[in-house]
Amino acid sequence: MPLSYNAPDTNGLFGSFGGRYVAETLMPLVLDLDKAYIAAKNDPEFLKELAYFQRDYIGRPSPLYFAERLTKYCGGAQIYFKREELNHTGAHKINNCIGQILLAKRMGKTRIIAETGAGMHGVASATVTARFGLPCTVYMGSTDINRQQPNVFRMKLLGAEVIPVQSGTGTLKDAMNEALRDWVTNVADTFYLIGTVAGPHPYPAMVRDFQSIIGKETKQQMLEKQGKLPDSVIACVGGGSNAIGIFYPFIDDQFVQLIGVEAGGHGVKTNKHAASLTGGAPGVLHGNRTYLLQDNDGQIIDAHSISAGLDYPGIGPEHSWLHEIKRAEYVAINDDEAMDAFQICCRQEGIIPALESAHALAEAIKRAPNLPKDHLMVVNISGRGDKDMQTVMNYIKEHQL
Amino acid sequence: MSRIANCFIKLKEKKQTALITFITAGDPNYQISLSLLQKLPDAGADIIELGMPFTDPMADGPTIQKASLRALKNGQTLLKTLEMVTTFRQSNQHTPIVLMGYFNPIHHFGAENFTKAAKQAGVDGLIIVDLPAEHDTDLCVYAQNEGIDFIRLATPTTDDQRLPRVLSNSSGFVYYVSVAGITGAGSATNEQIGEAIKRLHRHTSLPICVGFGIKTTEQARNIAKLADGVVVGSAFVNLIEKAETDQTAINDVLSLCSDLSNAIKK
Repeated sequence: MPLSYNAPDTNGLFGSFGGRYVAETLMPLVLDLDKAYIAAKNDPEFLKELAYFQRDYIGRPSPLYFAERLTKYCGGAQIYFKREELNHTGAHKINNCIGQILLAKRMGKTRIIAETGAGMHGVASATVTARFGLPCTVYMGSTDINRQQPNVFRMKLLGAEVIPVQSGTGTLKDAMNEALRDWVTNVADTFYLIGTVAGPHPYPAMVRDFQSIIGKETKQQMLEKQGKLPDSVIACVGGGSNAIGIFYPFIDDQFVQLIGVEAGGHGVKTNKHAASLTGGAPGVLHGNRTYLLQDNDGQIIDAHSISAGLDYPGIGPEHSWLHEIKRAEYVAINDDEAMDAFQICCRQEGIIPALESAHALAEAIKRAPNLPKDHLMVVNISGRGDKDMQTVMNYIKEHQL
Repeated sequence: MSRIANCFIKLKEKKQTALITFITAGDPNYQISLSLLQKLPDAGADIIELGMPFTDPMADGPTIQKASLRALKNGQTLLKTLEMVTTFRQSNQHTPIVLMGYFNPIHHFGAENFTKAAKQAGVDGLIIVDLPAEHDTDLCVYAQNEGIDFIRLATPTTDDQRLPRVLSNSSGFVYYVSVAGITGAGSATNEQIGEAIKRLHRHTSLPICVGFGIKTTEQARNIAKLADGVVVGSAFVNLIEKAETDQTAINDVLSLCSDLSNAIKK
């Protein structure tokens, strides 16, 4: 069923957000990519190949699991988990990487670059480039390299070159700057595999489309299990690809509440958070107009989150639009609240979620007790937490838990 | 007539090529940067490109990125950059000033307010790296309302089909980025540049200035034979970065400016 919601427009605008704010060198490439993507998504052969890899390589569909013990623990809404952490490579990131690598192959590109924060997109990129036999260079901030060692090792095992980025705070924003510099320098043969719903058009729409498999499955699975759609859907938001992936197929279903959870870090009233919508203002960075953390002079402020995957001072432009038209609600969860939810999930459900997903869980745990028992809530478990063990160990030690 | 157009007419009469020098406003600090701005015309700069520092200059190489961060660390803001131009205009009414930077600080300031303030300060042109022709309504229209030239970048990837779009609403001069890459990167051959300039001239009568990767007097001399202007940036910023004292920074930059000017004007 086609959606009546049809953003973005042909210029890649979601209302006043999105667009193509890139250097002239990149404009022809971005326009070519747009053409190639439009052709691909209307080509049954491409869609057939994508469906094959989604099923046999990623392992889709991912289950929609009733979190019975967490539901009892909270004592209110029925909580379901969309189990994206069960995908190959352990997160939702692979959904997008499979789509983009098939497109890169179709476009005849011979070299892949990517940026990564927590490393999950880097691992997914390294995985698909290994599968398709293309060289891969991943830019990663030096701070993130230190806190995400297991993923750095995985990327290298898969044959990718990981380039540390020292500038700024050495996090995702800086990695994205370096990837853009590489792309502008190697325009002839290189495909930039962007990891989230940000960047110049068509990336936000294209990545959303590849991730929307999450929401399509959720819809169908909930109808099969409960005979109706969920009442609320909760997902964490850094750049926001897992969130838009699960939200998008529900946008026309006005009665389904969509809740995006940003990283509140030490609190949105402090200067140490990554909540662009809750604590930022519209601006232009990395090829799109969106909400950004910035100072009074329009300089970008470094984000902070205990979760490397949410540590980004911007957000995908479609989220900015959904926020302004009030179709989705965006809230912030602090580091401490996410860590509590992380531990509750481990002990109640035997599932170790990614710290990113723990932010969504924290919001679910806050809301569920105050909701009726027939309220169906879906939490997107966007990734698994193996990669975060060092961060969790340090946190538990510091807080003497 | 705009200061930029006037500058190119005068140079054409003398059969000379323009030397366009780039420095970052506030690098390494406000005073030194102002002092350089005031002294560059006497050292041979025909047009000055003044960088507006930004935290995330995605199209610039490490040299200019570090210059931005040095300037920001020392308190440079967009308002201070405009103040710098105002001060410069008190003693120089003829050298064109082109502000170069990224859109976000201007967006935050407000595009209309910014172009009004820039005009009042004495700014002649704008080069905004991440604002392609597709986003003309964001800033270009306001600049045109104030009579500020909106200078566009054309690159080796800009083909004949796209050039008319890139050149629409542009004035002052066309900045030809001679290599697909970041500032301070490698350089193109004279043959490639010559071909590109011929191609550009088929689409526009505006002067064509060439930048990116020009570091030596020899390169500048060769490009001056082909283009209407030569843009040198990272080579100056490098000298500022390496200088042990503020005075050395000033001396080194002015000395390179003189050398380049002598090389291209002979």
